[in-house]
Amino acid sequence: MSLIEMTGVGKRYGTIVALHDVSMRVNAGEITCVLGDNGAGKSTLIKIMSGLHQHDEGELLVDGEPARFGSPRAALDRGIATVYQDLAVVALMPVWRNFFLGSELTKGFGPLRVLDVEAMRRITRDELAKMGIRLNDVEQPIGTLSGGERQCVAIARAIYFGARVLILDEPTAALGVKQSGVVLKYIAAARDAGLGVVFITHNPHHAYLVGDHFILLNRGRMRLDRKRAEISLDDLTREMAGGDELTALTHELQRT
Amino acid sequence: MHPKKSLRFAPRFPGDPATTAVARPSTGHRLLARPELGSVVGMVAIFVFFFAIADPFRQATSMGTVLYVSSTIGIMAVPVALLMIGGEFDLSAGVNVTASALTASMLSYQLSVNVWVGVLVSLVFALGVGFLNGFLVMTTRIPSFLVTLGTFLMLQGANIAITKQVTGQVATDNISDMDGFGAAKAIFASSFDVGSVTIRVTVLWWLLFVAVGTWILLRTRAGNWIFAVGGNVDSARAVGVPVKQTKIALFMGVGFCAWFMGMHRLFAFSTVQSGEGVGNEFIYIIAAVIGGCLLTGGYGSAIGAAFGALIFGMTNQGIVYAGWDADWFKFFLGVMLLFATVLNMWVRRLAVRR
Repeated sequence: MSLIEMTGVGKRYGTIVALHDVSMRVNAGEITCVLGDNGAGKSTLIKIMSGLHQHDEGELLVDGEPARFGSPRAALDRGIATVYQDLAVVALMPVWRNFFLGSELTKGFGPLRVLDVEAMRRITRDELAKMGIRLNDVEQPIGTLSGGERQCVAIARAIYFGARVLILDEPTAALGVKQSGVVLKYIAAARDAGLGVVFITHNPHHAYLVGDHFILLNRGRMRLDRKRAEISLDDLTREMAGGDELTALTHELQRT
Repeated sequence: MHPKKSLRFAPRFPGDPATTAVARPSTGHRLLARPELGSVVGMVAIFVFFFAIADPFRQATSMGTVLYVSSTIGIMAVPVALLMIGGEFDLSAGVNVTASALTASMLSYQLSVNVWVGVLVSLVFALGVGFLNGFLVMTTRIPSFLVTLGTFLMLQGANIAITKQVTGQVATDNISDMDGFGAAKAIFASSFDVGSVTIRVTVLWWLLFVAVGTWILLRTRAGNWIFAVGGNVDSARAVGVPVKQTKIALFMGVGFCAWFMGMHRLFAFSTVQSGEGVGNEFIYIIAAVIGGCLLTGGYGSAIGAAFGALIFGMTNQGIVYAGWDADWFKFFLGVMLLFATVLNMWVRRLAVRR
C-alpha cells in the first residue's frame, strides 16, 4: 500500500485552475520527483499534501484511507513533513529552538510546564552530528548557517519527529554545486531509512541522480509519468525543457 | 507525536563542506548578541550623567521616585515588548489604560456597588479590547498599526464622550469612600518604606511582570511561538505553531497590563481624567525598542524593555532634579531612542558576523 495516493486531484483558485487531474503515489523507500516550470502547479500539489490547502477535485488517500488536512499540524500528525525552500526556518532563532519549533519538549506539570532546554540542546546537537553537521554552539541563530546546512537541519528535524513522508520543496534551488550534492546525499539517505520522499525540483539532473519515479507538471496538468527504467536523463531533460515545443522552437530559430 | 529514536540514520560523509565544525563564539561575542546590551549601556550613561550634574539625583529618596515613574511605564512595556517580538503593534495600549480605569470607576459609582465589581468588569473589558485588536488583525490581515490606530481613536473619543455624558464633566467622581476601596488600594497603589526610601507597590509588580515575561519568552512553548510568529510567520505556521492564538493572546496580554495600570491610576488618585493616556502608547513602544526589540519582530527581550523604562524614569526625574525645563524631556527621549537604535543595530551586526 502506498503511503500517499492521489487520484485525479485538482484545485481551483476562483476561476483559475491551478491543478487538474493529477495522480501520483508515494511509496516507502522511494523518491518521487515532481518536475515542472514556474507556475506548473508544483507548489499547489505539495500544499495539498502538507495541509496548507485543500483539494477540490479527486481523492487523496493516506495509508489507503481518504484524507483531507485542515492544517499543516494535521498532516504532520499523519507523518507527512514538508521542508520548504525558503520558509524552513526562523533565521533569528537559535538552531535548537528551530529544531523543536512547534513540537517543543517540556517538563513539569500544568501551567508551570517549562521547556526542557538541556534535552533539546543535546538532541539537536546529536541529531545534527548524525547528519554530519557538527555544531558546538546550537545557541547560534540558524541564519548564520549556510543554505545547505539549513536544509539539512530541516530534514533532520522532520526525520527525528517521525516523518514517514518527506516533502522537499526545491531544496537545491538556491544552492551551489557542492552544497546541492550534500543535500542530495541526505535525500538518498532518507530514502534508505525507509521514508517516502517527494522531491520537487526544476533541475532534471538533480532529479535523475536520486529519483525512482518522475512526474512532470505543465500548467497544472500531468505531462509525463514514468518510472526510472522507462526514461533516460536525456529524455527527461528534453521533456523538462519543453519537449515538442522545444523541437518546434529549434526549427523556428534555426539559421538557414 | 513521539519522536522515533530507533530510526537508524547516520550517514557520514567526511570531507563534505557541511561536516566542518563551526567554531564556538567567544564569551564577549555571546554578550554582544544579547538584545539588552544597548539599553544597559544607555542606562549606565544616563545614570552617570544625572548623578554628576543633578545634586538631588544622588539622594536615595529620589531613587524611590525614579523607580515609581519607571514602573508605570515598565509594567506596560513588558506586554508591548512581547507583542513587538510577536511582530505586532498596539497603539491603543495608552488609552486602554484610561478606558479600564473609567470603566471600573463609573460602573462602581453609578451602580453604587463594591469597587471590586468595577475592577472585575473592567478586566473583562480590557481583555476584550485586546481580543478585538488581535481578532481583527488576524482575520482581516490589515496591519496591526492600522487596526489599533482605529481602536485607539475609538477609545480616545469614547473615553471623553461617555465620561461627559455620565458624570457631566471630564473626570469621574471620587470613589475613595466606597466599599472595597481600601483593599484595592493596598493591592494596586500602596507604598512602604525601606529605610528612608519610599517604595511604591507598582515597583514590585513591575519586577514580577518582567520576571513572568522573561520566563514566558525563554522557558515556555508559548515563548518559542512568540519569537517564531514574529520572526517568520509562514515558517511558524508550516511547522504547526498556532499563529492566530499566539498573536491574539499577545494582544490580550497588553489588555491585561493596561487594566492593571488603569487600576493603579484609579486607586492612586480616586478619580480618573478621561483625556489621559494619549501618547503613552509610543512611550511603551520606545521603551521596548530601546530595550532591543526589533520593529520588524522576532527579536527582543522583556528585561531590555525594563531597562528602557528605567531610562525613561531616570531621564524624566533627572531633568526635574537638574532644574531644567521639563519640556526638555521629550528632546532627551528622542536622543536616547536614536542612540539606542543605532547601537542595537551595530551590535546585532557584530553578533551575526562570524
